[in-house]
Amino acid sequence: MQLVTASKRSEILLTALFWLSGIVIVLVLAGIIGYVIIKGFSAISLDFILQAPSRAGRLGGISTTIVGTVYLTVLSLLIAVPIGVGSAIYLEEYALSGSKFARLVNLTAETLAGIPSIVFGLFGFVFFVIFLGLGWSILSGSLTMAIMILPTITRTSQEAILAAPHEYRENSLALGASRWQTIYKVILPSALPGIVTGIILSIGRAVGETAAIILTAGSSLGMPLSPADPARTMSVHLYIMAMEGISTERAFGTAFLIVVLIIIINFLANLTLNRLSRAMR
Amino acid sequence: MQPVQPKTSQRRGESAIEKLLVLSAAIFIIVIALITIFIFSRGLPLLFEIGLGDFIFNYDWRPTKGAFGIGAMVAGSLAVTLSAMVWAVPLGICTAILMAEIAPPQMGRLLGNMVELLAGIPSVVYGFVGLVLVVPFIREYLGGNGLSVLAGAIILGIMILPTVINISRDSIMAVPKEYKEGSLALGATHYQTIFRVIIPAARSGIITAVVLGMGRAIGETMAVVMVTGNAAIIPGSILEPVRTMTSNIVLEMGYAAGDHQAALFATGVVLFVFIVALNMMVNIAAKAGAARDGK
Amino acid sequence: MESVTLTSDNMKMRTLGLEVFYQDFQALHGVSMEIKANHVTALIGPSGCGKSTFLRTLNRLNELIEGTTIQGQVYLDDLSIYEKEVDVVALRKRVGMVFQKPSVFPMSVYENVAYGPRIHGIKDKSKLDEIVEKSLRDANLWEEMGSRLNSPAARMSGGQQQRLVIARVLAVGPEVILMDEPASALDPISTSKLEELIAELKKNYTIVIVTHNMQQAARVSDYTGFFLNGHLIEFNRTKELFVNPANQKTEDYITGRFG
Repeated sequence: MQLVTASKRSEILLTALFWLSGIVIVLVLAGIIGYVIIKGFSAISLDFILQAPSRAGRLGGISTTIVGTVYLTVLSLLIAVPIGVGSAIYLEEYALSGSKFARLVNLTAETLAGIPSIVFGLFGFVFFVIFLGLGWSILSGSLTMAIMILPTITRTSQEAILAAPHEYRENSLALGASRWQTIYKVILPSALPGIVTGIILSIGRAVGETAAIILTAGSSLGMPLSPADPARTMSVHLYIMAMEGISTERAFGTAFLIVVLIIIINFLANLTLNRLSRAMR
Repeated sequence: MQPVQPKTSQRRGESAIEKLLVLSAAIFIIVIALITIFIFSRGLPLLFEIGLGDFIFNYDWRPTKGAFGIGAMVAGSLAVTLSAMVWAVPLGICTAILMAEIAPPQMGRLLGNMVELLAGIPSVVYGFVGLVLVVPFIREYLGGNGLSVLAGAIILGIMILPTVINISRDSIMAVPKEYKEGSLALGATHYQTIFRVIIPAARSGIITAVVLGMGRAIGETMAVVMVTGNAAIIPGSILEPVRTMTSNIVLEMGYAAGDHQAALFATGVVLFVFIVALNMMVNIAAKAGAARDGK
Repeated sequence: MESVTLTSDNMKMRTLGLEVFYQDFQALHGVSMEIKANHVTALIGPSGCGKSTFLRTLNRLNELIEGTTIQGQVYLDDLSIYEKEVDVVALRKRVGMVFQKPSVFPMSVYENVAYGPRIHGIKDKSKLDEIVEKSLRDANLWEEMGSRLNSPAARMSGGQQQRLVIARVLAVGPEVILMDEPASALDPISTSKLEELIAELKKNYTIVIVTHNMQQAARVSDYTGFFLNGHLIEFNRTKELFVNPANQKTEDYITGRFG
């Protein structure tokens, strides 16, 4: 019977090849994370987290870099979230589609998203650190970081606002609510999970960023108190410990904390995204 | 009966909010303008003085002696980027096809989550793993001191995988399912359908993925600094060390002054222009592609 | 099921006690039907009644939907098409399909039609030219497109695209052509051209068409099956089914009392 033919060998080979590439990806990911977790676990202790580093990081913990990371991340979010969400609201709810201004903003947001972090670092250094005289400080670092995460926050907010059902707007407006009331009371709550996802992803970016931070916030190991103080984040600490061969063990400990933080952040982002897609159903 | 017009105070509040929103959107334009002005104003004068060609192609970099040629760094960036792409692009595209077409959907989603995680790992962690794992491995088994183009290519390749995979997968999944059904209904096998209909239809998206991956690789800094050894020489083999343009900036910015600093900003200008041009090319090509397909 | 027994000679396809499940949902309940060669068989019924599901079991395209299970038999001539050793690719070559939305590939008119023959191993250019021309002629498209073979197929009108899709199916040389609401996205003029084409095609092919336009079913088909909630309620010669339905539900449907 003509219909009955054997499966071709080349198809089996192709299938094997595709699966192999997937397996390589899984192994690479598992390898990197597993390696850092296993080697870093022994360096972790309560003291490592709570104690300040001493002798350039050879001894003590990494408490000041944790504070520096949190300080810088929170401050950059405080700057970027209102601007990013505000822009998203403007672009999706106010701007006429196809208006030159809106197109220009979208284009610049895309461009900004593609610029490498070292260029942001250069800019932050020459503009915030030198031109505005803020020096190497948390403030300079946060302002630079805020610019870097703006595109992410804006884009995820835009998508979330766009996904809010059109009937919400019509119904709210038909009830006599003003445009802003409609946005504030109806659109934003329904877009919240998407906006939160953008914020969580931005936290990941801020925690991991190194090149731009080193050029704008410095690498001082002291405890940062005011936003005008210089600071060292965990990522910068990891870089310096590893590059200058100060302490491999403490570098592993720092890498461990960063990776665990990133895994948690990723998990949370997935959680909010799933909630969003479930709510949209 | 109430008047139809809204109360004026409310209307004033509304227009103030709208102004604030316009202002926040305008910040994007202001920021891009500031970045351009400040980086260009620091870098361009020296760039013009030396001449763009000499700056990029001359490989004499002795900044304290007034010799500013970044040729070796340009070669270093290209060497690391291209050798990363050689293996990561095929692997990434194969994985994208696996996720979109071959693996069961749940498996595809699981792989997707893993790729997201891969994308979330900071470059400094990649650099660190490269330094403590890949570099000693190369030193042990392949020779040299391990800090090399190859180490950079391995680490950088892993780092561009998420970009290549995600954009390729999205464009493959965006191919209308009617194409697939239409092809299968004509008696094409699944693989014939993938290679003759789905991939050609997703072609522009896959090219975008590769170009953006390349942009990511050229702009990457920390991971490359940590594993490539940073010698400002033209590499003779992939086991030799190199210094990329980005590495050069981060390594010397801390102590550079005067013309030396200006030369680093000029390097930033070259990177900035190159990557923005890459992204714009992708945008224009995507629009042209959409127009050609009659969408 | 109430239906007259049809004569068993000249049978092209036949289903026996066909049951289809999507996960836990049963989409078809014990459907048995006989499809005569060189005739047009229409499947009608309200949305979600199972008529499209039934159509897709005839060339095993339903297997693309995850979690589908099938029980019962489907025969093409003497071949039981759900047997393990059947090559689904060769089956689909013999049982072609036209979809609701005309889905031309993003290629030229020529490449669209040549796609199938190429897939099945024809490389000779003059042979391909010949197949493309014949298929386009048979699909009543040669007059309009013969001189524009290299223009992108996506630029054609919806009606032309649907006939191109039919030409693409013809180029593979099928014996049976399945059509899933082929006119639902077309304007009236394109629809009437398509119906003329169907009438011509049945001389050489066996056609099964799903439609929810009852006038269309009455105009183009020789036999009609009425589906409801996954059951084949009635199957008969089209004239008899529409003039003299045996089942009350069929009568309710064709007289517009529901659906």
